[in-house]
Amino acid sequence: MELTGSLNMVGYGLAAIGPGIGIGLIFAAYISGVARQPEAQSRLQSIAILGFALAEALAIIGIALAFVI
Amino acid sequence: MSSLIVRSEGFTPPGPADFDLPAVFGGGSFDFLGQAQVAGVTKPMLQVVLAAVIVFVVFYLAQRKRAMVPGRLQYVGEEAYGFVRNSLGRDILGSHDFARFVPYLFALFFFILLNNLFATIPFIQFPTFSRSGMVYGLAAMSWVIYNAVGIQKHGFVGYFKLQSVPAGVTGPILLLLIPLEFLSNILVRPVTLALRLFANMFAGHLLLILFALGGEYLVFEMSLAYAPVGVLAWILFIAVAFLEILIQFLQAYVFVLLNAMYIQGALADEH
Repeated sequence: MELTGSLNMVGYGLAAIGPGIGIGLIFAAYISGVARQPEAQSRLQSIAILGFALAEALAIIGIALAFVI
Repeated sequence: MSSLIVRSEGFTPPGPADFDLPAVFGGGSFDFLGQAQVAGVTKPMLQVVLAAVIVFVVFYLAQRKRAMVPGRLQYVGEEAYGFVRNSLGRDILGSHDFARFVPYLFALFFFILLNNLFATIPFIQFPTFSRSGMVYGLAAMSWVIYNAVGIQKHGFVGYFKLQSVPAGVTGPILLLLIPLEFLSNILVRPVTLALRLFANMFAGHLLLILFALGGEYLVFEMSLAYAPVGVLAWILFIAVAFLEILIQFLQAYVFVLLNAMYIQGALADEH
């Protein structure tokens, strides 16, 4: 079977490892924070989602560039 | 875009071209920056209008009676309003001046949520915000709002000082930090805000098309031995569709959360 195509997507797959690890670390910290202090959940939640959104932005810039370049 | 297509013995995988829907009304095309553009009303445009009308009508009906003991619709409306007001408005903007932003955040959240859920609702099944132009409008609106709020509160110079000079930093490092902060807070924010929603909706819908078409190809076009794999692809399609519902909700939430945080940052007092 012959595959022809763009290596962009392979590169994007490698680039997505970074934000993937980052998002994992953010939610690991969030879960252990809530486990230690359940009443802090509502305050931690918005911080965790903000961190998730910022880490995810890297993956999104990556996918935009993978399509454009 | 042809460089994206991977050909493997007759199967054409879905690509960005699958999002170019034909016009519902009108038609014709014109050239813009060397690309052919459709001049007419397309499906996402109708969906935007439909979502705005549904959000308005449902919440108008929900608040019409204002009974002391709420009926079903009023209860749903109150719960929905309370969710946005408390978790997106009060917790982030602070109890002092959240009230004047709640209508904006509330309308924005349910408008985006409904537009995202259109990707799952049968017979519509197209996420409006997988067309990037729709999202740029929303991001431009929120960019104007948070900057206008900040300029109104701190004045033009004071606002840009607040956004681009980090507190407690002195010395030559400011030469590096001021351009970076300005770039990050004023210029990059609307771009990432728009791209986040667009790319999530786009990638999710593309994934669903891929599972559906790939399963169809494996079951009907290849030899019989491949058919179970095709059925597996369809089962995964259903699982991914449920994951997509979660993502659609989460992206609407994140969009409005970031809007609230940007407004809060623009309103913050200087340290």
